[in-house]
Parts: sequence; structure tokens; C-alpha cells
Amino acid sequence: MRLELVKRKERSASMAVMSPLVAVGLTALAAAIIFAISGVNPLVGLYEFFIDPLTERWSLEATIAKATPLILIGCGLAVCYLSNNWNIGAEGQFVVGALFGSALPVLFPSFENALTLPLMLIFGAVGGALWALIPAVLKTRFNTNEILTSLMLVYVASLLLDYLVRGPWRDPDGFNFPESRIFSDAATLPDVFGGLMSLATPITIVIAIVLAIVLAKTLKGFEIRVMGESPRAGSFAGFSAKKLTIFSFALAGALAGLAGTMEVSAALNQLLPSISPGYGFTAIIVAFLGRLNPIGIIIAGFVLALSYIGGEGVQSGLGVSNEIASVIQGLLLFFVLACDTLILYRVRLVTRKVSATTGEPSHV
Amino acid sequence: MAEAPEDKKAPGARQETGDLLDARGLTKRFGDILANDRVDLAIHKGEIHALLGENGAGKSTLVKMFYGSLEPDGGTILWQGKEVRIDNPAAARALGIGMVFQHFSLFEALTVVENIALALPNPGNMAELAKRIEAVSNDYGLPLNPKDFVADLPVGIRQRIEIVRCLLQEPQLIIMDEPTSVLTPQEADRLFLTLQRLASEGCAVLYISHRLEEVQRICHHATILRHGQVVRECDPTKETAGSLAQMMVGSEILGVGSHTKALSAGEPRLGLKGLSAPAGTPFATALNDINLDVRAGEVVAIAGVAGNGQGELFDALSGEMRVQPGMVVLDGEAAGARAINWRRKKNAAFVPEERLGHGAVPGLKLSQNVVLTRHATKDGLIEAGMVSLRKANDLEKRIKKHYDVRMSHDDPEARSLSGGNLQKFVMGRELDRKPGILVVNQPTWGVDAGAAALIRQGLIDLAREGSAVLVISQDLDEIFQISDRIAVISRGYLSAAEPAAQMTRERVGLLMAGGAETQGEAH
Amino acid sequence: MFEAILLTVITAATPLLIAAIGELVVERSGVLNLGVEGMMIMGAVVGFAVANQTGSGALGVVGAILAGMAMSALFGFLVLFLVANQVATGLALTILGIGLSGMIGEAFIGVPGLKIPELYIPVLSDIPFIGPVFFQQDALVYLSFALVGLVAYGLFRTRMGLVLRAVGDNHGSAHALGFSVIKVRFLAVLFGGACAGLAGAYMSLAYTPQWVENMTAGRGWIALALVVFASWLPFRVIIGAYLFGAVGVLNLHAQAIELDIPSQFLSSLPYLATIVVLVLISANRRLTLVNTPACLGKPFVPDR
Repeated sequence: MRLELVKRKERSASMAVMSPLVAVGLTALAAAIIFAISGVNPLVGLYEFFIDPLTERWSLEATIAKATPLILIGCGLAVCYLSNNWNIGAEGQFVVGALFGSALPVLFPSFENALTLPLMLIFGAVGGALWALIPAVLKTRFNTNEILTSLMLVYVASLLLDYLVRGPWRDPDGFNFPESRIFSDAATLPDVFGGLMSLATPITIVIAIVLAIVLAKTLKGFEIRVMGESPRAGSFAGFSAKKLTIFSFALAGALAGLAGTMEVSAALNQLLPSISPGYGFTAIIVAFLGRLNPIGIIIAGFVLALSYIGGEGVQSGLGVSNEIASVIQGLLLFFVLACDTLILYRVRLVTRKVSATTGEPSHV
Repeated sequence: MAEAPEDKKAPGARQETGDLLDARGLTKRFGDILANDRVDLAIHKGEIHALLGENGAGKSTLVKMFYGSLEPDGGTILWQGKEVRIDNPAAARALGIGMVFQHFSLFEALTVVENIALALPNPGNMAELAKRIEAVSNDYGLPLNPKDFVADLPVGIRQRIEIVRCLLQEPQLIIMDEPTSVLTPQEADRLFLTLQRLASEGCAVLYISHRLEEVQRICHHATILRHGQVVRECDPTKETAGSLAQMMVGSEILGVGSHTKALSAGEPRLGLKGLSAPAGTPFATALNDINLDVRAGEVVAIAGVAGNGQGELFDALSGEMRVQPGMVVLDGEAAGARAINWRRKKNAAFVPEERLGHGAVPGLKLSQNVVLTRHATKDGLIEAGMVSLRKANDLEKRIKKHYDVRMSHDDPEARSLSGGNLQKFVMGRELDRKPGILVVNQPTWGVDAGAAALIRQGLIDLAREGSAVLVISQDLDEIFQISDRIAVISRGYLSAAEPAAQMTRERVGLLMAGGAETQGEAH
Repeated sequence: MFEAILLTVITAATPLLIAAIGELVVERSGVLNLGVEGMMIMGAVVGFAVANQTGSGALGVVGAILAGMAMSALFGFLVLFLVANQVATGLALTILGIGLSGMIGEAFIGVPGLKIPELYIPVLSDIPFIGPVFFQQDALVYLSFALVGLVAYGLFRTRMGLVLRAVGDNHGSAHALGFSVIKVRFLAVLFGGACAGLAGAYMSLAYTPQWVENMTAGRGWIALALVVFASWLPFRVIIGAYLFGAVGVLNLHAQAIELDIPSQFLSSLPYLATIVVLVLISANRRLTLVNTPACLGKPFVPDR
């Protein structure tokens, strides 16, 4: 008896929709087991983790606020992954973007006018893009593996942030705490709907929708899909793999940098030694769970944001380590990848070899 | 059932049951496709047995079951009278069945001796094995250097490795899958001598081919497969090439109207002037001072054994590899440094060798694959940066209709099409534009006879309408069928193109084996 | 002074060496497992936990190896049996490993650890300089060198190694000849997992005998870079590991001699050095193309 994969002639459209749903279901099952092992009633655990955050307005808003950077970064990463560029350094691009965006309010606190915020956002996007261009240029120029270089730059970016916050950018009136000065109102992204959400959320949604149209309808989107599946055919179509590598890294870096700046401006209001609970890595899961489609990513971003809020919830409510959030995130990515197999393959169970009498193979 | 009781070449009278291998009712199914349907096959000791059939007739599937790489869904295999189950290739080799693969089963990063050791159950000491390899390979006139890395060896030598690998196992049956497709005619002659010697020593050969001439020359018996079923058995020496072809295809093949000759060759439309390019990777071939003109109204073919620079030449012509501007000339304009879409706008079109993954994207629908090569031309597929789905669909329907592309449902993904249908699509996509210059690499590789005839006719018709057509092919039959002039490529050198009427297979063979090289160097 | 530096270099290099030699075998079989960091951190936490609970360093090491193998089995199942994307699955393994280790390790934060003892070889260990450097290391240091020798011998002198290299070079041909590509690769992946787990145990039982969250700090990724640096040749991994080990301990010694450089800059040196080395190696296309296993990262589905 063994499992066999049988290639489908064409990708299964229904599985493409089902796969993320099945993955979420399996993850919930695995989470229930983990809760049981941790000595918590699995049903209570699941409720606290996945459902409770949705029942109150504040926690719903907090979830959306957390989802915002995940969606924005995930959209950029989707463009990278669709075109076969393995940018896994979004965390670093987020941080460097935040540093560029914060340069204005930290170094020139008196520069307070209507231009402050737009300039910050532009600087943030540029900073993230520049940081992302390092692995992109190394890949196109020297053929260097972008996976490792983009990741190494995450560590470098975090150390750079640490150095600045503890050193030159430390708040002069901050009693030696490792943090920058608090941003002025002009440098703070306004709240919307009077709650925990800032202008970052509508900006992100608009960007995701525009990107969805670009990917589905334009020649650029066509280029990205062709290059990802078949670089040789892409070059036959006259597309340049190198230019697309530069483009996709720059775009992903810009979106991550923008997310970083908006997070610092809206949520934290200052620079701290650590400004991200791993958004750049979680966004990788968001991108895959959303099937590398911006609309899917909006939904997936919300699901993953739920895991952050849910993790805090079970820690305070049930005394389970909030590390469970990253365990569940990791499991979710595993299940998504496993279920994606079903889009291109059918799995069949071969129970025994050949029935001698009929000559028919017997499968289940 | 053709009996050959008095066959002089086969040892003894031919019996219904094979004394070496007897397959009864073998059946193999892949998904919805019945690749082999109750196939019976009998092989005798010392016979060279041809297995004939079109692409997709099920020949490879059948022999893979004999070699243990595929598991039959039904039927039995008798080996020397006893029923056997061949679970894997090692079991086949233990029985005495060896196989020479069409696309080889070699490892480029390993040496000759390592490659051979992998197929032997007890290779023993490598140094001793190397000595045995040298002895056996010299004995059969297939000399090998055991320490060479396969990556550095040409295809002819690679095939020797496969054969010597079989010989070292002291086989009683050698299966050869299209062995001459990678050889020059002279190399093929040498191979036939080896096969005849093996047969005289009592070893049977199961010889898969679709080249009827060579089957008639060396085979004692032939089994013909069509759509996975045995349709006929015969003694090929008693048949004509025409009758064999008819058995394979099941109906008369449409002839190609090639000999409506070019009236008078027109202006040169495609020119190669001293085209040289270094090898891009350690495994690529450098191009050396290639000169060629293709004139309006003619089909020029470039013959050659695989891996002699055809791919690199195609890339230089298409613009996927850039060269000096003057090295490639399209309608009088220097194009060597121009991009592929610039060339397409100059009314040139290209069809690469690899259909899936180069000429078409496997996971995209055909209507999207239309956009692949025609987004930059004047087809209006792109409006303000947006892809017009409607126009792409219309184009796809037109190509499908004119070039008889058959599909199970509307607008499928490219990967789901059969080789022949996909080739008709990628050819049709370019022919539909009526290009002034067309460059095709291997236009009918792996395509069934009907589709091949259609494609060849399309190429000739295009030329007769005033276009310049350049065909790169390894199929000499095809080349002689469609071309007005023939040049030969060997190790990146190209011989001067000569009128097809004055060329013979022997001369092409000599040029393939290096004659083109010396001619090119003498330039 | 020099002796002290050398000793810290050895301890810093050993986990890199062990993890990299394991990944080298995996990549030689044609699989790219980017989850080294995740397997290593799991090895570190399980090694620490088992040693802490049983009081036995040896059992801790065994536990770490099993943890690494369990993680790699998960990876192997996905990429080999379900043909999942290797890059993404490797990332998933790392994310999962970091999360799971954090959860398991929460109880052990701040708990004093257990250090694997250094060997003491009479007479030899007492020779000045040579003694402490060569004959006074813990068993895992010697094991790491033995592993490299064993892998080199296994890959290039045994049939098993020949088959493994063949599978990594051309899985289609290997399948046609009747080798089970998936089985060979799965075993290679398990070996890689065992090595990564062992490397993790070295971190939490020898390098800094305690559990700190995220204590591998990117070493798994550096091990991946080392395989490229070594261009898939076992003995070159030693050079790379010791080079990177040396860069890694610069921070420690620079502070000791009171160099006026921000510590963050020195801490980022191993990561920057990795980038520089990768660029230098990969810029040489000839070298990388010839040595890279031709099927590295490519999915394989057998036809049956």
C-alpha cells in the first residue's frame, strides 16, 4: 500500500479555492491538539484564540490594525514570489523603511507642516526599496542567491536600528531610555473611525486593489506570471528577468518600507529598539495563504493578525505561552503548502499491485 | 499475422511464442489514456526485433515495463518460458535485460566508470572496472576513456557509454530506444555492425525506431503498434517503406508538396555575417564565424547532430542571445544587438525547439500563450497597458481553426495538449502572422505523422509566398523533404549551404561528423 | 591571548561546521532545505531540556538529534512526497522551529545549564598551547571533524555516496536506472536534520550552556551559505566554518581590548561577511555551475 501523486492535466480551480480553507481547518485541528497538550480545554482554547477577538469592537479594530502591515508587505512579497524572486528579507526592509521615514521627525522635529507626513511616507518607501535593491542587484549582477542575502540583511537592519536608537537618535530628554523622541502631531498618521485604526488601513486596501488589477489585467502582470512559471518562455516573450528582479524587489521593499513608516508613525509614535513582532516573516505566510493574490492576501492578512491578537488573548486568559501564535503560524504555512499539492496533483492510495484475474488495478 | 518460416537471418523458424521473452496481454493506463492495450510480443534469441509505431503509439511504455521502470496494470511477461514479475530495473538487469535510453540515463557530473558502476549490481573495485570497460569497449569497437566526465563528451560517445554499460551486464536482450536519432549516418552504420555482432552471439535486440529504412536494413522481425495496440507483425525485409508507414499510421500519409520549387530565389532577407559568440556556460557550444543567407521564397535547412550549437544559433537569431549588430541582418538592417520584439516588429518570427517552457508557458491558457509572442506586434493585443482578453481569444480561435489544434475543451492550459497539437499551436501562432522571416528549431520533433505533414506544408507554403524560412532540424528525412538548400552545423561551425538536389545523405553525414568544422575553419 | 582567541573560535565554528556538513549531504542529493535554522533551534531547546531533566549531557545530545530529525522528516514529507515548494517549506520549517522552541523553552529561561565536559587526555592535554587547543576540547569538536571525514569518504568512496551524487545530478536518470530517488533524498534529509539538531545541542550544551530564546541567531542560515562557500566539497566546509567562527567572536575580543567601535557593527560582521563571501563565490560562474548539484531544488515526481 502506498500513496501516489497523479498529475492533473490542468490545475484544479476548485482546489485553488479549497486549499487555503482546508489548510486553516487543519491548522485549527493541530492547534486544538497543542492546547490539549498544554492542559487547556481545546474548545475553550480555540474560541479564545480564533473567535473571541472578533466579538468586541476594540479587539476587532486591533486585529485590523495588525493586519494592515501584514497585507501591505504580503502584497509586495506576492509580486516577488510570483516572479520567482525569493525575497525573505521584508523584515529588514520594514525596519530600514521605518528608519528612513523617521529621519524627518527625529532629526528635524521642528519641521511640522502639511508636507511632513507625505515626505515621511515617500522616504520610507524609498528606504525600504533601497534596502531591497541590495540583494536584487547582487542577484542580477553577480548571480548571488537572493534568499540568503536578503535574510542576512534583516539581521543587519535590526542591529542598525538598535544602534541608532541607543546612540545618535536617542531622545535627548528621554532619561537615557533606548528610544527616539516622540513624533509630533504633524508626523503622526491620523486615526480613522475614531479608534485603533489609522489612515494606514485605507491606504493599504487601495494599494492592494490597484495591485490586484495590475496583476490580473496588465501586460506587467502577465510578465510577472510568465517569468515566475517559465523564465525561458519569458525571455522568448522579450521580458528581461533581471529587470523584473529589480522591479519586484524594489516594489516589495517600497511596500515594506511604507508599512514600516506607517507602523512607526501611527502605532508606536517613536522608534524603539524593536519595532516589529516579525511582520516581515509573518507576511510570507500571508502571501502564500492568500494564494499570492492581493485580494486573497487581504483576507489572509486578517487571519494571521488574528493569531497575534489570539496569542495575546490565550496568554492573558488561559496562561498559555503566546509563542503559540508563531507555532500556529508555522503550522498554517505547512498546511497551505501541503494542500497546494492538490491543485496540481491528485493523491491516490494504491492498495495492492495487480489483480491477476481482471487485469484491472485496484485503487481506492 | 505474417509468418516467416524461411527467414535466413533469424535463427531457425519463427514461432508464435518467443523463446526469450513472451509478453501476453500487457496493459498500462495513465489516467484516462490507455497507453498499452493487451499487447502481445514475442522475442527470440539472436533476433533484431523492430518495434515500430508513431509518437505516442505506446512503444516506450511497453519497453519500460520490460525494463521494470513501469508497472503493468495487467498481463504477464514470460522470460525463457517462466512467468516473471519485473519490479524494478535492477530486477530486469538481473534477468539479463539491458536498455539504451533515447535521452540517455547518464550523469553529467560523474565519470564514465562511475556511470557504468551505477548500473552494475557488484561493480567491485573502480580501477578494475575501468580496465574491464576499456577491454569490452575496444573489443566491440566502441572505445571509451573511463576517467572522462560525461559532461565533456559528445552525444555519440554518450551513447557508447550506455551500450557498454549494457554489455558489461552480459545481457540476453538489449532494448534500444531510437538509438540513431543522435548519430550521424556513419556513426549509425557502426552501431549496426555492433548490433549484428551481438545478434550473432545470440543476444536479442529490441529495436525501437520510426526510421523505416534502417529497420528494413537490420531487423529480422517487426511488431507494429498503433494507439497502444499491436496492429501487425511482419518481416520488414519483405515490405516496402510505404507499406510499413501505412501500417504505422493506419492510412495513407499526405505527401508534402515540396517540389513546387522556388521559382527563382529572391533577395536575401535573413543574413548571418561572420556570426561568432563565446559559449555562455561550460556546457554550451561556441559559435564560430557562421555565414548564411536565406533568400525570399526559399526554405534553407540546417542539419546536425543535437548539441552542436543549434540552440545557441537559434538564440542568436531570435535575440535571446545578443551578438554584434552586423552579425545578424534582417531585411538589410543590422539586428544582432536588437531585442527579440524589435525583430518581431520587423516581421520576423521564431519557433524554438522546446514547446513547453520555451515556446509556451505550461500553466497558461492558450489565449494567454498567444500574448506571449504577439504582445509587441501590430495585433492590438495591448491597449493602454491592458491585455485585451477579447482579442487574445479571437486570435486563439483563429489559430485553432486554421491549424487544426485539437483540444478537449475550450482554451485549455498549454500543458494539457499533446505534443503534436501543441506544436501545431506554436507553429500556427507564428504562421498566422505571415512573417517575412521565419526561424524554426526542430519543427516536427516528437510530432505524429499527420501533424508533421501539415507543419511541413505550412513552412513550404510560407516560403512560396515570398518569405525566407530557416529550419534547424536533426531529421534528415524532413530536411530532404522540404528544403531548397542545406547547410550542416558541427561544433558551432556551419558548412556552406548547398542546393538540396545536389546533396546526398552521405555528404551531409560527413559534414555532420566534422566536415562542417574544417570547412568553417578554412574560411 | 592568542590561545584564548583560538579556543573561542573553535567553539564558535563547531556548530556551523556540523550544521553545514549535514546540509551539504542534503544538497548533494538535490534537495535544498532552508530550514536549518529551525531544526537547529529545536535541537538547542530539546537538547537543553533533556539534559536538564535527566542530568545527562549525552542524552541531551541524543534528544537534540532526534528533534532535528523529526523536523527534517516533516520537511521531507512535504517536499518529497507532496512535492511542495522547497524554498517555502524550508522557510515554514524555520518559522515553526522558532515558535515551537520558544514555547518549549519558556520553562527553561534562566535555568542554569549543563556543560558537556572537555576531554582530558593525560600528557597530551598538558602540553602548553597545543594541549588546550588540540587535546582539551569536548567530544563534539572531535566528532565534527570526524563527521567531515566520514561524509567525504562516504560521498566519494562508497556506492551509497555514488548513488546519492547521481540522484542529485540527474534524478530522471537515477529513476530510470531503478534507484528510489525519494528514498535516497529522504535519508539525506534525515541526516541533515540529525546534524542540525546536533549543532543546536552544541549551542545550548557547550557554546553557552543555557537556553536563550532565538539563541542560534541566524547560524543556520550562515551554515547554508557555508555550503555554497565550500562549493559542495566537504573539506572546504572546515575552512569556511572556522573563518566564520573567527568573524563571529571578533565582537567578544574587540570589547576586551576596548576598541571604540559600536558593538552593533561588530555583531553585524558575520552577516555582512556572509554576503561578501556569497558574492565572491557566486560571481565565479564557472566554479558554481560546475559544482552545483544539477537537480538542486528541483521537484521530482516519479512516473509509475
